[in-house]
Amino acid sequence: MSVTVTVNGAITSVDLPGEIPLLWALRDGLNLTGTKYGCGVAACGACTVLVNGEAVRSCQTALSDVEGQSVTTIEGLGTPATLHVLQQVWIDHQVAQCGYCQSGQIMQAAGLLAANPRPSPAEIDEAMSGNLCRCGTYPRIRAAVQDAARKLSEA
Amino acid sequence: MSRLGKIARRTFLIGSAAVVGGVAFGVWSYRKPLENPLTTDEGGVITPYVLINAEGVTIITPRAEMGQGIHSTLAALVAEELDLPWDQVRVMHGPPATAYYNSALLKEAVPFAPTDQSWLAETARDAMAIPAKFLGVQMTGGSTSIPDGFDKMRAAGAVARAALVAAASREWGIAASELTTENGFVLAPDGQRLSYLALAARAAEAPLPDAPPLKPRSAWKLLGTSLPRVDMAGKATGTATYAGDIRLPGTVFATVKRNPAQGAAMIRYDAKSAETMAGVIKIVPLDDGVAVVARTTWEAFQAADAIVFEWGAAPYAKTSQEMREQIAASFTADALEGTWRDQGDVGQPAEQTLEAEYTVPHLAHATMEPQQATALYTAGRLRIWAGSQAPGFARDKAAAVVGLPPDQVDFETTLLGGGFGRRGEYDISVQAAAIAKAMEGTPVVVTWSREEDMSHGMYRPMATGRVQAGLSKERITRFDFATAAPSIMESFGARMGLPAAGADQTLVQGAWEMPYDIPNYRVAAYRAPKSVPLGFWRSVGASYNAFFHDSAIDELAHLAGADPLEFRLAHLDHDPSRQVLRAVAEMSNWSQPRQGRALGVAYAFSFGVPAAEVIEVEDTPDGIRITNAWAAVDVGIALDPRNIEAQVSGAMVFGLSAAIRGEITFADGAVEQQNFWDYEPMRMGQTPAIEVRILESGNQITGIGEPGTPPAAPALANALFALKGQRARSLPLSKHFTFA
Ligand code: FES
Ligand code: FES
Repeated sequence: MSVTVTVNGAITSVDLPGEIPLLWALRDGLNLTGTKYGCGVAACGACTVLVNGEAVRSCQTALSDVEGQSVTTIEGLGTPATLHVLQQVWIDHQVAQCGYCQSGQIMQAAGLLAANPRPSPAEIDEAMSGNLCRCGTYPRIRAAVQDAARKLSEA
Repeated sequence: MSRLGKIARRTFLIGSAAVVGGVAFGVWSYRKPLENPLTTDEGGVITPYVLINAEGVTIITPRAEMGQGIHSTLAALVAEELDLPWDQVRVMHGPPATAYYNSALLKEAVPFAPTDQSWLAETARDAMAIPAKFLGVQMTGGSTSIPDGFDKMRAAGAVARAALVAAASREWGIAASELTTENGFVLAPDGQRLSYLALAARAAEAPLPDAPPLKPRSAWKLLGTSLPRVDMAGKATGTATYAGDIRLPGTVFATVKRNPAQGAAMIRYDAKSAETMAGVIKIVPLDDGVAVVARTTWEAFQAADAIVFEWGAAPYAKTSQEMREQIAASFTADALEGTWRDQGDVGQPAEQTLEAEYTVPHLAHATMEPQQATALYTAGRLRIWAGSQAPGFARDKAAAVVGLPPDQVDFETTLLGGGFGRRGEYDISVQAAAIAKAMEGTPVVVTWSREEDMSHGMYRPMATGRVQAGLSKERITRFDFATAAPSIMESFGARMGLPAAGADQTLVQGAWEMPYDIPNYRVAAYRAPKSVPLGFWRSVGASYNAFFHDSAIDELAHLAGADPLEFRLAHLDHDPSRQVLRAVAEMSNWSQPRQGRALGVAYAFSFGVPAAEVIEVEDTPDGIRITNAWAAVDVGIALDPRNIEAQVSGAMVFGLSAAIRGEITFADGAVEQQNFWDYEPMRMGQTPAIEVRILESGNQITGIGEPGTPPAAPALANALFALKGQRARSLPLSKHFTFA
């Protein structure tokens, strides 16, 4: 019953039934705990990862659906030593409070900027509105995403 | 052993056992130093707050980091006095220990308004540090970490610095008074220098001052500036560790399903089909429910849903409607909890009168991280990882449930995925302990489903406020305020096994201490019957009393035909409060009329902080939109402005979320809301730009996690009145208006 997925660039076989949501395959099967559980029903965005570069809710994506696909989690985006631009701007803007939603926020922003490198403020709000933050960090997320878009387009 | 224990063995601890204290009361045992919880085989144990080993200097920050940035600010207090460069600072939460008691926690419990800084009021507040020490309550809450830590943490840094200087003095044979410190080094006049690391072993033997002098504010380098938070890189890279992120070899995953009628028993359950489901390892019965242990959390969720239960009935009113009726029937002499303010005669006649009743519903904390904990029980020892605002309580309760003495429990406080008061409870720690004991030798991560979390909270109580007031010549001549709600302290105290305290002051918090100059003024509270479990919810009583009180002031302003902001200014007898109102007036350009939009203002005073907020709303074809928001607070002394800004802005969003849509309802004793689709916080698209201004009166330093929440609901309701001419006297506001 093992399923083969490319996770953060490495071909990985996961020894779990295919119907298990990707979120739990990552967290409990592969010990990639950066991706968070918030609701399990696609209402909060805490579990957001990239599948072939596109932001998806991993709580609503069966493991079997990503067989042979490429999954990127927050751990694969960058590390404390080699930060991705989004992670760097998140630090520059001191976005996080409790931080629990932030992996999902950053992965959603990564998906947005991949699809739309120069989003307008309204497009940012629209794309990020599926991601809840109980600490209310929205104003800083907005500023950080704009900053990242600027940095990425200059690069 | 906990991580801390392991590190401590090869560590030199610097400082004096007598760091804490400082309150001049002649109680010998109060002055007696508390045992240092950090132990080292190398001897030379000193302050509970600073340890130095080969990896560098680590500052112990024994308050829960739930997003408020407390680890960073507490560490900065120590680092400032220690002359330690910020990029070398490492922090660790530390174990539960009496030495980490919170001396500020009980200060609000004295019968003096926070604006009262008379000798008597200050003496009474200081006296509260004594029971706080004996209770040894290590609790994060009430916006107290900064008032509690401001002197304590700076003294810890200063003592450690003195020890290092003394060690260098002996090493070089140069008088300590000739030496200086900078960037983690002790410097001699001739330019020689020794690092703190090199001096650590000798510093551990140095004689120590009891009360080292602290730097004057003018010499601060770190404090007063916006520092990068120590937890930020971890949170931006998914490497920050929360209680459910612990992965040890062989870890299994569990969830629980408990009686939706909280506090009632489980009569029976049938787990036959659950037992045979894929991945299920074990079913563990609990007192009021069942835990399922499985290969993955999702498989545990699925199996828990497949169990058939018969539940006992709720030991309280079955519906929100009945609870509301109980509260309405509690405005009686018998249920009077107390009259916290009673000036003049509130029965006086007046030219114009207002009689109003306001109501708010139950609210859930709905932390982004549902309740989670990890536990491992092996050979008569228990390890627990949990995000706890009260780790001492949680450890002791967990120890009791597995039949161990508390010192056989290693309790590690992880980062918290939001607290807001919910993680001052110990329910998850006790469950994790019981499940771990049933799974001896195997580490278990316990995660509640969002549905379980939403429906098994300790809720912000439902409450009703009644105001009878009179106006003559645009002045409020009388203001009679009464609030009724079930008691949070009664509910919390029973869970914690605390002795019944006196009157529950949280019932009137945010109303009785308002510094309004009104000649005939009464604030009373009535205690409604106990019902569902209640807890501390960000800003506690002020979360509803501010809505009642400030809405009434706004109604009186309109009745008087006065400008609502000027009206408040004219009645406030407290300069810092007037300053925050003037600040939001200026920031919002208050007197400037705007096409199709309207402004509302609110003022609240909680946790010693005057806070004013202005909200701008617009009517759009899709509904009401909040277009801008401004807030001003006076924190006395601002230690980290950027972090304070984040707290105020976040607290405002938290308050607005509740004001717009927040409502927990009960049917048949069970919570009806299940997930974020029926208890939906604000989303980014609904959140306005928020501008915050921080004022510093220089008075008593205050905490800022909560004070931004209370004014949010009345500011929005007042703005909606200004826009639509319709007064909403009950929350949530989405019952009265359509929001975009
Ligand atoms: S956990 Fe997937 S959207 Fe909330
Ligand atoms: S930072 Fe706490 S939920 Fe977003």
